[in-house]
Amino acid sequence: MSEEASAGALPPAGAVGEAVGASGVTKTFGAVRALEKADLSVAFGEVHALVGENGAGKSTMIKVLCGALQPDEGEIRVRGGRVGLSNPAKARSLGIGTVFQELTLFPWLSVAENLLLQREPRGRSGLVRRRGLVSEATRMLASLGIEHVDPGALVAELSLAERQVIEIANTVLRGPEIVFFDEPTSSLVEQDVRWLFALIGRLRSAGKAVVFTSHRWQEVTHLADRITVFRNGTSVGTFTSLGESEAVKLMTGKSVDAIYPASASVPTNQALLEVSRLSGRGLSELSFEIHQGEILGVGGLAGQGHRELFLTLFGTQRATGGRTLVSGRPVRLRSPRAAMRAGLGIAFVPEDRKAEGLLMPMSVLQNMTLVVLGQLSRAGFLRPREERRRAAVVLSQLNVHTSGPDQPVRALSGGNQQKVLIGRWLLADSRILLLYDVTRGVDMGAKHEIYELMVALAAEGRGLLFYSSDTEELAHLSHRVLVLREGRVTSELAGPKIEPEEIVRASIFEVTGSRTRD
Amino acid sequence: MTDDAVRGAVLVERSGGGPVDIPSGGGPEARARPSPGRTARRFVTQNLGLVLAYVILAATTGTYLGFFDASRGSLPGAYSVASIVDSAIPLSSAALAQTLVLLTGGIDLSVGGMIDVTNSLAASNFRPDAPNVIAWSVAILGVGALGGLVNGLLVVKGRLQPILVTLAMLSILQGVALRILPQPGGSVPSSVTNLLVNPNQPTGLVLIAVMAIGWMAFRRTRFGADVFAMGNDRAAARARGVAVGRTTVAVYVASGMLAAFGGILVAAVATSGDPTQGDVFTLNSIAAAVLGGVSLAGGRGNGVGAIAGAFVLTLIVDVLFFANVNPLYGPFYEGLFLIGAIVLSVAVGSYLRRRSRL
Repeated sequence: MSEEASAGALPPAGAVGEAVGASGVTKTFGAVRALEKADLSVAFGEVHALVGENGAGKSTMIKVLCGALQPDEGEIRVRGGRVGLSNPAKARSLGIGTVFQELTLFPWLSVAENLLLQREPRGRSGLVRRRGLVSEATRMLASLGIEHVDPGALVAELSLAERQVIEIANTVLRGPEIVFFDEPTSSLVEQDVRWLFALIGRLRSAGKAVVFTSHRWQEVTHLADRITVFRNGTSVGTFTSLGESEAVKLMTGKSVDAIYPASASVPTNQALLEVSRLSGRGLSELSFEIHQGEILGVGGLAGQGHRELFLTLFGTQRATGGRTLVSGRPVRLRSPRAAMRAGLGIAFVPEDRKAEGLLMPMSVLQNMTLVVLGQLSRAGFLRPREERRRAAVVLSQLNVHTSGPDQPVRALSGGNQQKVLIGRWLLADSRILLLYDVTRGVDMGAKHEIYELMVALAAEGRGLLFYSSDTEELAHLSHRVLVLREGRVTSELAGPKIEPEEIVRASIFEVTGSRTRD
Repeated sequence: MTDDAVRGAVLVERSGGGPVDIPSGGGPEARARPSPGRTARRFVTQNLGLVLAYVILAATTGTYLGFFDASRGSLPGAYSVASIVDSAIPLSSAALAQTLVLLTGGIDLSVGGMIDVTNSLAASNFRPDAPNVIAWSVAILGVGALGGLVNGLLVVKGRLQPILVTLAMLSILQGVALRILPQPGGSVPSSVTNLLVNPNQPTGLVLIAVMAIGWMAFRRTRFGADVFAMGNDRAAARARGVAVGRTTVAVYVASGMLAAFGGILVAAVATSGDPTQGDVFTLNSIAAAVLGGVSLAGGRGNGVGAIAGAFVLTLIVDVLFFANVNPLYGPFYEGLFLIGAIVLSVAVGSYLRRRSRL
């Protein structure tokens, strides 16, 4: 590993070839220090990755460098000269373009209108030429190799991945010299990821400076010429190459082995949830049991009925056949309300926290106590002090990083939002937890805390049904793993240690053998 | 690294080590390029609100013709058509005024007050000579622009809620109208009436056409593009260099002028003035715009749809007249009819939406 070493060894301010740089940048939000004396130097002709946990300061650094946030202290340089970036327009005029995580497209305008806003082609009458608009947009998209998106379509008609592609195109087409990408691949499908990699390669060979953040390590090692690691708001160092284990240590202060906690619980024979011959949209005759203290993993290729299974057990999707027993008693799960009240309480923690779980503008407290308001009130009136007391207990148990129970959930990082959602069900004392890809888009440190929480919840005697798109995670945490294929259980893996490769093999090939059912 | 290696790297990430090719839902091959044959369906998909407005208008017109024929034994002649068109024209103008503001995500409650003031001004000042009428018309449009300017500046510079600003403006204008014309009266020269809204021939349709064409031209100006972008996402529009503040003020000014024009038309149709006659236009202009597919959340809508909405609201009154409904219960049946029309459009809309990706 060749280490270029940390802050001291960065090229000096104003070095030839430096595109953009920051020295000693500090940014605070109230009591939270998002950046503290952070440094960064990016050269022209370089692809520079920023890595670190959520909340480590990568995104804040990007926002400071593109004028969206003003630093409290520190120096910002563009092309070697010290500048003040008072607003995004100023940064843009200096040749800085940014692709944010949040989409900034206009949903009810066409792709062409989005790309050409303020630059619409006009005819002699002074009116915008409709046909010119579409042909110009087609030409622009083709110049970036985008041919699958119709410029006449409304943005609202596009898939999330297509929108992200247009978002990227919209920034790159404005010809910036310095391009920032904040988590550009988080919502892209595989083909589009390859397209983006090729695009970044082209930008680099054209001598532009590219800065990106990513939680996917393979992307970082593949794309980046240099990597700057952030931890707790500070830049830990800049490296030309970095192994995964070193990176994890630098980002979290922990080693990889410590990421997965040892399982603390031994499942009992008592079944909390029994499902027999469950059928419905995407499901055919599924049968399984979750025991007390068990983490039951569900794996397999994407789109084989996992989502449908979770939604059916939470009452969002109707079952067309089969029986469901909660601690031995039959239940009918016709709505989430019914699921929450079924015997021991069934809880669902989805991957998409915004759309399916949390009320983003409301406070941590309100989000947590939402489903137990009935228990917390007396004669129909809420008891705020009781509400706070109970929430405080769970908040400390979960180690949620928040400025307090009144902070809006929106302001928390993804991992902490997920913990608030789990905390809600702990308050409701749900004994059966359905965890659907809960660690998606969550950083390493928060993942670790969620893993520890899962193990602790199982040890308390709860039953967890756990789906993850990350097979390794599934293998390490589950007592047993069911592999789904076309809506049915094709194999069941169990044993003291499940290997990720076994799950993958069982997902693709229908393995027959001692460790599979049939 | 080759493309395959990149692909491998991405795959490893999601599958945890195995050579698994996870099927993906989207991607380049997933959507075909548009063929000319799809143009019509695309128009329907992208302009669902507009299409539904005309579905409702067609249904209402059919009902009207049925009741007219049943009560008179014939289909309506030029006079009846002219009467409908003439009563729909002022509302069409008011609906366009409302649509502009709704597109920015705001709302203009002062439309009715502006019509109170301007129809009173027209009825008390128009004299039967052309220079006088032209001068006063310009002055009245100026009053509309001024009212809109105040609204716009308070909303933009004062950072006040449009609903409060325009509610206050509505009250002020209602007061001003009563100063200009304390009770219904005044007169409008018949030459003006005949020019704008001939009661015997549906020449008012020309005005309707002018409004519709004017709208379509507006949609193709940069001003129009900015208004729509702003209504979709104000912050994003600002970030792309749209002069958000100036554009918003301009929208309120244009809205005030369209409302003032509506006031002149009200006076021309009635051939006299009434300082409270404009009040109904506030809610009716909002209803017409929403029936026409304009979103109250901003950024979506079409003035041509709002005109259809204005005709629907006008036709309902005539339907009830020919159905021999006691005028006392008129509003009751108007409400029922409106709900029926909306249920119909929602049903048709969800059918069409199911066939598209919206």
